[in-house]
Amino acid sequence: MSKQLFIQDSVIIRNGKVIVNGQIIHEIDADHKLSSFLKSIYKKQNFKYPKFFKMDSLSKLGYLASEILFKNKEPEPETALVFSNAASSLDTDEAYAETMNDFPSPSVFVYTLPNIMLGEISIRFQLRSENIFLINEEFDPGYYIDYSKVLFEEGKASKIVCGWVDLHNSDYDVFLCQISPGEGYDLNEEELKKLYLPTHE
Amino acid sequence: MSDLHTELKKSIIEQLNLEDMEVSEIENDEPLFGDGLGLDSIDALELIVLLEKDYGIKLSDPQQGKEVFNSINTMADFIEKNRTR
Repeated sequence: MSKQLFIQDSVIIRNGKVIVNGQIIHEIDADHKLSSFLKSIYKKQNFKYPKFFKMDSLSKLGYLASEILFKNKEPEPETALVFSNAASSLDTDEAYAETMNDFPSPSVFVYTLPNIMLGEISIRFQLRSENIFLINEEFDPGYYIDYSKVLFEEGKASKIVCGWVDLHNSDYDVFLCQISPGEGYDLNEEELKKLYLPTHE
Repeated sequence: MSDLHTELKKSIIEQLNLEDMEVSEIENDEPLFGDGLGLDSIDALELIVLLEKDYGIKLSDPQQGKEVFNSINTMADFIEKNRTR
């Protein structure tokens, strides 16, 4: 019989705001540049991880959201990552294509896949776990629920971080939440949708 | 410190995104990889691109790269002897 799963902490990075479990913890002017916003989160949260500055914007978004999610408790090494987005790594792909007119940049090239972000998160938190990154047209709660259930049923994960980390033309949308047996919100499509798009935001 | 040493340090900070690092914090004889600046293999590739783009030097022998990229001093010496621009 499958264990009942629950949604615990969640993080949203959207419209110049960082929201943790429904509370805004960081905010900048609406008329902001993405790079300034990302750097302001890093500085404000007092993170110390110089590799951050070498990442592309998509990985920075995923790294920052997971750093915030795990701020009070380092994740277990078997914490699986189930991520998705709509635009893949398109912004970085385009940036790399531009460098090809002159000198192709190795450091841009290495980020021309969206699942590199999962590698960055795994390296930072020393995760030795299952991970998957799918491209979906939009946030799809059913994908996270189905995949998470399979991972738990097969004993492939102790916890799961589900993530929607999308970036296109500097428009970004990030939602991360942690799923495990124990306590929290019931894991179902309605709850996931509510957490992803809270009405009071 | 020569202009080339300073120029190299500025380029490395900019090209390799060593945010929060100042030119004055990089010693001329400090190892660029390992315990020194802590650069990685992708940074090494960026340094090869930098040599070609800024100084017209093509580096094809990986063994040579190990010696050239040992420190700012070794890079500057190599550039002075081999630069085509």
